Amino acid sequence: MATVFVSMDSSARSVGADDVADAIRRAAEVRDLSVTIVRNGSRGMLWLEPLVEVETERGRVAYGPVTIQDVETLVDEGLFVGADHRLSLGSTEEIPWLARQTRYSFELVGLIDPLSPEDYEAHGGLSGLRKAITMQPAEIVELVTESGLRGRGGAGFPTGIKWETVLAAPTEDVKFVCANADEGDSGTFADRMLMEGNPFGLIEGMVIAGLATGATEGFVYVRSEYPDAIATMRTAIGVAHLRGWLGLNILGSHERFELSVRVGAGSYICGEETAMLESLEGRRGMVRAKPPLPAHAGLFERPTVINNVLTLASVPRIVADGPSVYRSFGVGRSRGTQVFQIGGNVARGGVVELPFGVTLGTLVNDFGGGTRSGRPIRAVQVGGPLGAYLPVAAFDVPMDYESFAAIDAMVGHGGVVVFDETVDMARQARFAMEFCAEESCGKCTPCRVGAVRGVEVIDRIIAGDHREANLVLLEDLCDLMASGSLCAMGSLTPMPVRSALTHFGNDFHRLPAALRSDASEPRSR
Amino acid sequence: MKGATGESPVYDIERVRVLAEERTSLRGSLLEILHAVQDTLGYVDETAIPIIADTLNLSKAEVLGVVSFYRDLRQEPPAQTVVRLCRGEACQSVGAERLVARARERFGLDIGESSTDGRVSLDQVFCLGNCALGPSAMVDGRLIGRLDEATLDVLMAPRL
Repeated sequence: MATVFVSMDSSARSVGADDVADAIRRAAEVRDLSVTIVRNGSRGMLWLEPLVEVETERGRVAYGPVTIQDVETLVDEGLFVGADHRLSLGSTEEIPWLARQTRYSFELVGLIDPLSPEDYEAHGGLSGLRKAITMQPAEIVELVTESGLRGRGGAGFPTGIKWETVLAAPTEDVKFVCANADEGDSGTFADRMLMEGNPFGLIEGMVIAGLATGATEGFVYVRSEYPDAIATMRTAIGVAHLRGWLGLNILGSHERFELSVRVGAGSYICGEETAMLESLEGRRGMVRAKPPLPAHAGLFERPTVINNVLTLASVPRIVADGPSVYRSFGVGRSRGTQVFQIGGNVARGGVVELPFGVTLGTLVNDFGGGTRSGRPIRAVQVGGPLGAYLPVAAFDVPMDYESFAAIDAMVGHGGVVVFDETVDMARQARFAMEFCAEESCGKCTPCRVGAVRGVEVIDRIIAGDHREANLVLLEDLCDLMASGSLCAMGSLTPMPVRSALTHFGNDFHRLPAALRSDASEPRSR
Repeated sequence: MKGATGESPVYDIERVRVLAEERTSLRGSLLEILHAVQDTLGYVDETAIPIIADTLNLSKAEVLGVVSFYRDLRQEPPAQTVVRLCRGEACQSVGAERLVARARERFGLDIGESSTDGRVSLDQVFCLGNCALGPSAMVDGRLIGRLDEATLDVLMAPRL
């Protein structure tokens, strides 16, 4: 009996994976063949989706991208025995794009049936939790600190230090663990793929975080734009309860941990950790001032661990392996791997997990294969909508927290968005301000009002209205937003704007599209 | 799921009360209640607000404040079909703005507008997490990748 894998990842589904899975099922039925179709997570080679794999003696072999029109011939030519075909990609593990990666956090994504606890355990799942449950909390914290794991959400704060703070924080009743799955940055999708492809990995990481800090309740805060991830996480939590991986007496011990999913409601700012806490408490997602740190007084003013999905999902293997394996990857103070996400106008987009220190050029050219449009690359935005736009000249810079900070950029959550030569960087700078105006929580005036003024000023620059004076004004405004806002929304919005000015200044000095009758009249505002 | 449009304009207030009461024991339950009300009744009517406020012992202003903060929460019935075009940077890089223009030119709908018969509305979203296979859209909860003008026409046309 053949086992066929067709991803249920929402990216794969967005280009027809459900239809392909159905067509394969029907083709097998018509031929009276017995076939098991596993809906796995995605291998992350998104340009090859829908990717179809079949289990053979040589391991899994892959075909892609497969359309429903291909299915009949594919089956006739021997899909179920892994025969050669026009769409053959050979052994999945040997596809260079995948073989060259260091899959650590993403090890099981695409490999296993996301909702099969047996499959999870058969692939090494739970070994971290089994070990952690025999350890003292301080020992777990020590191990995580030792590994060098830093927050994958973007800020890169050392995870062990955060956990140590929560462990030491006194509480009269409860502590919390919150997984920040409000992955709102454009260009990032790794949290989503992990939740859809290996939900038990996140659950296990959260339980270990609970054991390490004394927290007994957890929430996964998922953005509403991810309905598949929400459904998968909810199902997985139910399964984990039935298996005794959650709830009372975890794995037969006296430890307990309760976990539930909470769904956002279309607000980017709720990815900021204190706004997320407000949202979890059922309020408007308004940013809080720090201190108090969430580790001291977070959710409902209780000590709270807040980590990104990928941070938590990396923990089980770090605990199982011991700290030295993870630590051995990376450069300088950026230890371990980063899950890069290559998107936008790129030929071969998807998830590339590699040790910190890989260059941007390697990611975009070697893995990405240049633009999808075939035109030359002009700009790459790294780290989401608040990240810098970088020119091809920056392709040699190693991607680690410190090297990127040194060029006024950030690695952030690892999103890499490619633009070809048709991009107008003045428009992109304007969009950064427009996005901030749309998504600001409104607490800080420099962000709330500054972003609106930013759009207006850039409009005037584009229109050629007192250009030099307005460029000075824009710089001043960026200064004010960067230094006068509580959170990263207001303080980092200047980053894409300034990087566009620095690296693509000509775009702000083009002959205005409308050197027409009204252009000489200064706009009053 | 997203009913409550067209034939049946009655907004089931009692249902709101039940949905709220079922969830009062959850920590920070307001957003959960509002999601449940919208999923069940299609939108959060103004008449629901005092009931939710009363159940949670909050002021009406606090509840309305939350409803108005979050883009997903609607105070009007939705169109039968909601097309949400992604306008995040990754989708911009592969022509998201062309799709916005197409919807405007061919169907006369701008972002945030609904067709006069209430059958389709056009909205924007900043990132659907499909950044390698853009341009993307979400149509009635279904994610669509590699969206082009022809597919957009098909998605919107039969409904207009």
